[in-house]
Amino acid sequence: MSTQVTGTLDAHGAAGRPRDHDHKPRGLARWLFSTNHKDIGTLYLLFSLAMLFTGGSLAMVIRAELFQPGLQFVDPHFFNQMTTVHGLVMVFGAVMPAFVGLANWMIPLMIGAPDMALPRINNWSFWILPCAFAILLSTLFMEGGAPAAGWTFYAPLSTKYSGDSTAFFVLAVHLMGVSSIMGAINVIVTIWNMRAPGMGWMKLPLFVWTWLITAFLLIAVMPVLAGVVTMVLTDKYFGTSFFDAAGGGDPVMFQHIFWFFGHPEVYIMILPAFGIVSTIIPTFARKPLFGYESMVIATASIAFLSFIVWGHHMFTTGMPVVAELFFMYATMLIAVPTGVKVFNWVATMWRGSMTFEVPMMFSLAFIVLFTIGGFSGLMLAIIPADFQYQDTYFVVAHFHYVLVTGAVFGIIAAVYYWIPKWTGVMYDERLAQVHFWCSLVSVNMLFFPMHFVGLAGMPRRIPDYALQFADLNAFMSIGGFLFGLSQLLFLWGVVRCMRGIGDKATDRVWEGAQGLEWEVPSPAPYHTFDTPPVVK
Amino acid sequence: MATTTHQKYYVPHDSAWPIVGALALLLIGYGAATWISQLDQPEARSGPWVFGAGFALLVVTLFGWFGKVIDESQRGLYSAQLERSFRQCMSWFIFSEVMFFLAFFGALFYARVVAVPWLDGAGDNAMTAAILWPNFEAAWPLLQTPGGTATQAMPWTGIPLLNTLILLASSVTLQVAHVAIEQGKRLRLKLFLSITVLLGVVFLFLQGYEYMHAYRDLGLRLDSGVYGNTFYLLTGFHGLHVTIGALILLVMLLRIVIKDHFTAQRHFGFQAAAWYWHFVDVVWLNLFVFVYVL
Repeated sequence: MSTQVTGTLDAHGAAGRPRDHDHKPRGLARWLFSTNHKDIGTLYLLFSLAMLFTGGSLAMVIRAELFQPGLQFVDPHFFNQMTTVHGLVMVFGAVMPAFVGLANWMIPLMIGAPDMALPRINNWSFWILPCAFAILLSTLFMEGGAPAAGWTFYAPLSTKYSGDSTAFFVLAVHLMGVSSIMGAINVIVTIWNMRAPGMGWMKLPLFVWTWLITAFLLIAVMPVLAGVVTMVLTDKYFGTSFFDAAGGGDPVMFQHIFWFFGHPEVYIMILPAFGIVSTIIPTFARKPLFGYESMVIATASIAFLSFIVWGHHMFTTGMPVVAELFFMYATMLIAVPTGVKVFNWVATMWRGSMTFEVPMMFSLAFIVLFTIGGFSGLMLAIIPADFQYQDTYFVVAHFHYVLVTGAVFGIIAAVYYWIPKWTGVMYDERLAQVHFWCSLVSVNMLFFPMHFVGLAGMPRRIPDYALQFADLNAFMSIGGFLFGLSQLLFLWGVVRCMRGIGDKATDRVWEGAQGLEWEVPSPAPYHTFDTPPVVK
Repeated sequence: MATTTHQKYYVPHDSAWPIVGALALLLIGYGAATWISQLDQPEARSGPWVFGAGFALLVVTLFGWFGKVIDESQRGLYSAQLERSFRQCMSWFIFSEVMFFLAFFGALFYARVVAVPWLDGAGDNAMTAAILWPNFEAAWPLLQTPGGTATQAMPWTGIPLLNTLILLASSVTLQVAHVAIEQGKRLRLKLFLSITVLLGVVFLFLQGYEYMHAYRDLGLRLDSGVYGNTFYLLTGFHGLHVTIGALILLVMLLRIVIKDHFTAQRHFGFQAAAWYWHFVDVVWLNLFVFVYVL
């Protein structure tokens, strides 16, 4: 039954033997002018890591302020800038580029392609990102400060009541969009057009499948984001009134257009993580993935449903009841394909001969904790319940469970899983295990109590709170600082591998690993699959 | 992949153009943002300069980059598989453009079907309307906003109808040129491609004239409420795309006339330009129906 990739290479395609033109350009030029999917993937991943710590520092400011009730360190306007820029940096700077970096590194290796379809466009996509974030982060030092309307920049907060940084924010988002769209086009065309002979659709590794669907979502919704930020720009500076009732517009319209982008966006940030977990679980359970076809169909169903559920973000902002009911039921439907995935992962492990190296640990934590985030999402989908949860810390708990213990844990699992292939060096298992357990405990200290304070009515995006929330907030802040510190262990582990400190990795790395990427040497040669392998 | 002998997929060597292009976008973005945020300070001039520098750098990048691609293509480095990559990329790019316009069409439909009627009390908004906007009457085109701004509607007869016929004709002439390139009839290709570019220019000229007429005679301005907003953003972004499309076609024409590029079999650059032009045409048809006629 195994439809998972069991790539066998014929002698002709013996993958990635160093060739005469295997020279790497030297020095800085290698990174600035690169057309190599592995180098560009590395750039994406390092940029994402830098943004993870940047966004994380902003979160530390938030948690420091919330350590006690009352105003301690920052004034409320600066607090709003912190939550806003934290969200933007983590979504567009940390999570999305990390997945693009993994796609760059792994998709050509997994499908037996010599590189991405358009390597120069690939490099352009990357280098636009630091430019976009230079613009965005420069607003922190501007007079009037950074955008403070929340990462969702609802009108009229982002139009009537925003500062001069709005124009910079809008142009930065435009650049991020250009980068994402070009990156996604590259991914989709690479998968569509550059699979090795014999690599049929139903033999594609799930990471490739989930990325194919993610790329489609990106191309479909990033232009809509560009449209809505453009309307914010014209509303603020050019006298239009898209989001102003006095001119016949409607601030609720902003939310509709934003969330038409925003809901597929959250699947953009989780589908590749599904792919990663679907790759790692079979390796360490030493069994093929259970229900490969149903995984593919579930991913496609989630992507389809993601276009018709945006209204669940705005149950309290004004919509006919019929529309609310439609969005509620459509949202609940998503639990079905997501459940299929969770059950398939569990079934894959059933009677497997499991070992618990760190990629597996993060994947297991992903399954449990992402599912908690999924359940709280289901609660939020229930309209009358949502009336109570709206804009409380319950929502913050929900989306941090799916994005931190979901997306970020998935990314970390992927890094540990593939870094031996990237660097040729095995990461330090004990250090990584310490990193895992520190992260697991602290992340739950940080986010789990948010459910309780949220249900009890603590509002999000407010720097002060009622006294009864003091103890739990202090506890959460300690968890937050510990979680931040724990990631330094991750940084250390990654730096060790990059500097070649550690045991040499074998080509296959993991006993149970399947797929073309394990057929090439570790570290993967600069050019692989110049001649496509034949997949049998 | 179908053939037994595999032609190697061309992976280019290092290139400086991408990072130069990224720098250009940085200058454009930063310059535009500075410019826009200082619109109310006429003495501040840095924005336009930075923007201009970025734009110039982008033009240089496009010339350099496309020049390299054309050169590689002429040297026969591109396999059939790579050509397929180009085709697919262009298709997905056009799809992303469709989604961009969809955001503005979505705003138009929402304003017409939901926002404006609600302001007049539709649905369960009777009290909101009575208290906030008692004198407002819903209508489309929205000639009198709740805030009191008045304007006149742009009729669909006259210039818009003429422009529709011009763009439709340009799609036909471009198709004739396309057939001509496939049959190797170079003279006909040059003639009809020239006519297409010319029709595009005439369209833009008339569109500019229509804007002046709207501002001067109808009082229909960018800030005339949501009718003017959707009108100008939709037609404006469309006009921008016509400008880009006409420039691309002009470059194709110059390549054909001066450098004798493209053959009956290999002419992807021309084909992509043609796709883009037809896409712009289809957007216009939707615009004509939903912005002007209905």
